[in-house]
Amino acid sequence: MSEIRYENFFPIEGGTFVNAGDVSSRIKSILKNLGVGSEVVRRAAIIAYESEINIVSYALRGTIRLSVTPDAVCIEAKDEGPGIPDIELAMQEGFSTATPMVREMGFGAGMGLSNIKKFSDSLEITSEVGQGTHVKTRINMAEAG
Amino acid sequence: MTLAEIRDILDAEVLVGSDELGKEVKTAFSADLMSDVLAFAKPGSLLLTGLTNPQVVRTSDILDIAAIILVRGKVPPAETVRLAKELKIPILRTRYILFETSGRLHEKGIVGCIEKVGGDRVDVGNKI
Repeated sequence: MSEIRYENFFPIEGGTFVNAGDVSSRIKSILKNLGVGSEVVRRAAIIAYESEINIVSYALRGTIRLSVTPDAVCIEAKDEGPGIPDIELAMQEGFSTATPMVREMGFGAGMGLSNIKKFSDSLEITSEVGQGTHVKTRINMAEAG
Repeated sequence: MTLAEIRDILDAEVLVGSDELGKEVKTAFSADLMSDVLAFAKPGSLLLTGLTNPQVVRTSDILDIAAIILVRGKVPPAETVRLAKELKIPILRTRYILFETSGRLHEKGIVGCIEKVGGDRVDVGNKI
């Protein structure tokens, strides 16, 4: 377990797009200020933003945890909401249960979780129907390729 | 190509960022689906879109998009303009449709930030 250089929890309100993306912009500038490499910052910001959109789109409320170690940036999104009955199905690109409000914002095309997977080095999703969803991601500092 | 040249090619109105028209861009991405923009757009590119809500600006901020071009004459809501000013992301508005906007810029040398899915373009030297 490597030592945590930075850790913070950001609360997200569900059901409204008014501040959607605000936390992700903050996470992006925090990581930049910590001197994290630009490609890692970019991937973390995209993951945080899709996570934030998921919380505002589906949950009552949630929290995004940002932690930084010398080896990795971790973004963890935990929400109180309906949960995901079939995670494998939800991971399929194009599968969506989004409302028209979400679609009007340019999301809800069933790409959120696949984008999170695409930009992370590891992804772990646990969910309980009627309780909520927990999405843990890790982006390694050493950039592949 | 500078944003000023792009404004002229597209006969566009500058809604935000009139002091940033010297900014150079070489690549662009066109889409109305922000998840696609997040999946494929590259830093320093133009975003051509018909979507006008504040999430377009948020998405652009997350990705270091150089400027947003609103197509089909779309007028953005006040909160979109306010957020773009706050985050210093230029917005230009053109009456050309997305196809024409993309075509006119491509003809003058702006290329897609990727050519096709799964095949990255060779580095064209975008600056963030």
